[in-house]
Amino acid sequence: MPEAVLKISHLTKRFDDQTVLDDLSLEVREGETVVIVGPSGCGKSTLLRCVNALEDIQGGEIRIRGEEIRHDGKNLPEMRRKVGMVFQNYELFPHLTVIENILLAPVKAQKRRREEVRAEAMELLERVGLKEKADSLPRQLSGGQKQRVAIVRALCVHPDILLFDEVTAALDPEMVREVLDVIIGLAERGKTMLIVTHEMSFARAVADRIILLSDCRILEESSPEEFFTAPKTEQAKKFLQSFEFRRSR
Amino acid sequence: MDWAYIGRVLPLYGKAAWLTFRTGTAGILLAAAVGLLGAAALRWRVPVIRRIVSAYVEVSRNTPLLVQLFFIYYGLPKIGIRTDPEFCGIAGLAFLGGGYMTEAFRSGIEAVDSLQEESALSLGLTQSQAFIHVILPQAAAVSAPAVMANVVFLMKETSVFSAVSLMDLMFTAKDQIGLYYRTAESLLLLVGAYLMILLPLSMLGTFLERRLRHAGSGT
Repeated sequence: MPEAVLKISHLTKRFDDQTVLDDLSLEVREGETVVIVGPSGCGKSTLLRCVNALEDIQGGEIRIRGEEIRHDGKNLPEMRRKVGMVFQNYELFPHLTVIENILLAPVKAQKRRREEVRAEAMELLERVGLKEKADSLPRQLSGGQKQRVAIVRALCVHPDILLFDEVTAALDPEMVREVLDVIIGLAERGKTMLIVTHEMSFARAVADRIILLSDCRILEESSPEEFFTAPKTEQAKKFLQSFEFRRSR
Repeated sequence: MDWAYIGRVLPLYGKAAWLTFRTGTAGILLAAAVGLLGAAALRWRVPVIRRIVSAYVEVSRNTPLLVQLFFIYYGLPKIGIRTDPEFCGIAGLAFLGGGYMTEAFRSGIEAVDSLQEESALSLGLTQSQAFIHVILPQAAAVSAPAVMANVVFLMKETSVFSAVSLMDLMFTAKDQIGLYYRTAESLLLLVGAYLMILLPLSMLGTFLERRLRHAGSGT
């Protein structure tokens, strides 16, 4: 069995008195794509933010390839580079061009050679169909284009695992596919990914494993085939039904 | 109007204008540095220092520059620090301006969404790299109008430097009026000299504002 890239053990996260994640354990192995689904407000995004140490945690531990990552830990920038994050609202830097957005972290934080990173960035931009946009500013791009740039930006830091936090939730419907196709391409090339999404057919296509998060914990963990055709729990059935529409007459 | 007299004293005003410009610029640059540090301390909620900065902003903005200058000019020698008038002027302006600049930068920094910082951190930038490369450039665009208004305001405030016997424009004009009763000529020279310093500054401000508005955000 491949090695665990991400290992979460007994994670507990509270905001003041409110528990958001309760004794949660989860592993993502090398080359695996794990998709987290669940009702709104069940802590999916918070879980990703904990993995990237954007949130402090109240219990348990999170390890990336055996090394602990924590909000108040040592070498935090270095640890965070092992975890790539793509946000719901892209969070490109509006004052920098596409290529400058991508080069910033590799050149300033990783001290890599600008030319070398640039060549890599251009190749990735070409792969997502945005080579000619390298010198554009983010505001000149559509939502789907911005999100593809954000993915390239995260990739260029060479993370061990990529986190996707509802990356199509802010997009117009016709732009969803262009972004999801990029992510499916990454899965095919064996990137290790942890994805939060509300796009069920995408989840089914991309996932090696599906996790249903509800009421601060993992309720169900299964293969996509099993999850969508024969959900084990009542909650999973109810959750899946919420995506179906039917006229009562 | 005695143009011959004006021609005679013009070099005097030139010297005074240079002093006004020099001390004003030094004070404003220091004020901007103080403001940047103050705003950074408020942003990162540095314990204790953040309280001191808040108190400082209130004191500096709610006391007249003249009073601040007297404190520095007459107060510092009392605790054994000897200073010359030019130092006092610059220090006074930096003290006053630092408070205004802190507020100008703070409002700009607050206008930058915290997700922008998180995005930078998630890419592995350190806090200070995120501040310099991501937050500050965006904050500067928002702060620019307030900062430029402060620059003009502070340059005008140098007119009270004459109270600590700095031979600036105001001092020179009052001196000339006292010595020769050339009131009209002296005031004309005074207004002219201030306009020559301040009009370009104001125009620079308008220009920068327009440039930055075009470069402005929109994620």
